[in-house]
Amino acid sequence: MTDLITTPDKGLDAHLVVDRGTFRLDVELTAAPGDVVALLGPNGAGKTTALRALAGLARLTDGHLRLDGAELDRTPPESRPVGVVFQDYLLFPHLTALDNVGFGPRCQGATKAESRAIAAEWLERMGLAEHAGVKPRRLSGGQAQRVAVARALATRPRLLLLDEPLAALDARTRLDVRAQLRRHLAEFEAVAVLVTHDPLDAMVLADRLVVIEQGKIVQEGTPADIARHPRTDYIAQLVGLNLYKGSADGHTVTLDTGPVITTTEDLTGEVFVAFPPSAVTLFRDRPTGASARNLWHCEVAGLETHGDQIRVDLTGELPLAADLTTVAAAELDLHQGALVWAAVKATQTHSYPT
Amino acid sequence: MTKLDTSDAAAETLKGGPRRRRVRMTGHGVPLPLLVPALVGLAFLLLPLLALLVRAPWRSLPSQLTSTEVWQALQLSLLSATLATAVCLVLGVPLAWLLARTEFPGRRLVRALVTLPLVLPPVVGGVALLLALGRNGVVGQWLDSWFGITLPFTTTGVVVAEAFVAMPFLVISVEGTLRAADPRYEEAAQTLGASRFTAFRRVTLPLIAPGIAAGSVLAWARALGEFGATITFAGNFPGRTQTMPLAVYLALQNDPEAAIALSLVLLAVSIAVLAGLRDRWMTTS
Repeated sequence: MTDLITTPDKGLDAHLVVDRGTFRLDVELTAAPGDVVALLGPNGAGKTTALRALAGLARLTDGHLRLDGAELDRTPPESRPVGVVFQDYLLFPHLTALDNVGFGPRCQGATKAESRAIAAEWLERMGLAEHAGVKPRRLSGGQAQRVAVARALATRPRLLLLDEPLAALDARTRLDVRAQLRRHLAEFEAVAVLVTHDPLDAMVLADRLVVIEQGKIVQEGTPADIARHPRTDYIAQLVGLNLYKGSADGHTVTLDTGPVITTTEDLTGEVFVAFPPSAVTLFRDRPTGASARNLWHCEVAGLETHGDQIRVDLTGELPLAADLTTVAAAELDLHQGALVWAAVKATQTHSYPT
Repeated sequence: MTKLDTSDAAAETLKGGPRRRRVRMTGHGVPLPLLVPALVGLAFLLLPLLALLVRAPWRSLPSQLTSTEVWQALQLSLLSATLATAVCLVLGVPLAWLLARTEFPGRRLVRALVTLPLVLPPVVGGVALLLALGRNGVVGQWLDSWFGITLPFTTTGVVVAEAFVAMPFLVISVEGTLRAADPRYEEAAQTLGASRFTAFRRVTLPLIAPGIAAGSVLAWARALGEFGATITFAGNFPGRTQTMPLAVYLALQNDPEAAIALSLVLLAVSIAVLAGLRDRWMTTS
């Protein structure tokens, strides 16, 4: 990011503002060549709008868009060095896989023979050489996805956009295709921006995550950083953490809602406190030992299976999620409305400045 | 209790008990009040066509059909209907695209106006064409004085009259197909470097080809049968503006056998058109 400021004529430098009545997208995105940036956010956050604005399919109301130093704000989509992999691929149904991939080079002025040669090379690289003559409806989901990636890359874009590239695939195919896509993105020398609502896709595929909520960036950073230090409830939920905001005075954090959490970090001022649901221990009776200094009286609001664990939703003094084993849940005789004591060790919490 | 009730009702249904109390049914369960009018309606539609076949002068048919007048009329009809269809395609497909893919003020009004010739009596269309393109018409006077072009009472006039009446069929058909086609394919083409026109030509056009074909056949059939606008705007000159329908009408007054022969030809053409469209409209699913 810092070297971007010194070499502004490389990579992506965008401030996307799209006004659409009640919805306003306002995000700043920068990326160096070779970066893979994931836009992560709930439905309706504006991820796809951002992607369409980058591709030129949605007009910018304000802001700017520079790619490798060239202003693209007013450039029509067909003149932008941008490739797009659409969510449902949008392979042209009347063209073979080969001609789908060759479509871009042909539009860029290559002869029919040249564009076919380029397309054949890309299909070969994607391991689809034997499917060159096949129409899209006869391709499997994974194959169609690879053809779509090949089609977008065949125009040699300086910016590759992927809209939910794995969403249309079933769980099994997804694993393979994700691994392949990761390889292709790693080889890609220009900027790649992908939009997803799946945190796993984002963390596997991208070097940097940009989390968007309601048209604004709420957090950005490396996947590891975001997983450890979530800053909104949405992200905390994505990465599976209990997250609270409060003001710290040494090892005590007083939450905005009243309760106090003891932490290991020594901080002052506004902070976030996070701890995983597995760090929570539940008791039917108030525990006598002072092993856990963080102790709250809560009511069970919901129970659901979560892998081989039971996820317990608690309300009361401190709303939180707790994970426990099926056996523990049975021993505690947990049911909706049951009153329990929830304890969290200070060493299991993690606090960081806002 | 409830279970018992249900099984009783089922048993009664099996015996056919409750059925007999209602309207009488035929073997396939079609109520008579529906079946009878349906059959009358079917007969009403088919009887005239049967009469045409029954009264056809089969023996003199070959000589009737090879007479120069019939040939002239047939050739003129096929030529003008085909040219009119070509005009409809060149002007109508872009118009359909405009209506389906762009937003402009008054789009709904334009769409309504485009479909107007569908419901307008063709004779009125002919009169309107005369007023617009006639020698003293709003535009026609300039065509005449600037380019020396006169449309009324010429073969070109026939094509104009037929295109006027047939174009809405094509526009509506193509517009419907365009609306059903995913516009995002055009966007995908644009991101691959295709201009909007290239995207239309290389992606949209092939995708909507079936709709265009169906619309063309409809327009062609409508142009072939066109009578009112043609006779009003282009007149009835054998070899120049006398198309098959005009020839049929004229022949009916002095040579009914020729009229029947000509009608048979048009009937055959219509059946051929239906056969061509059967995949599109004759299948219910």
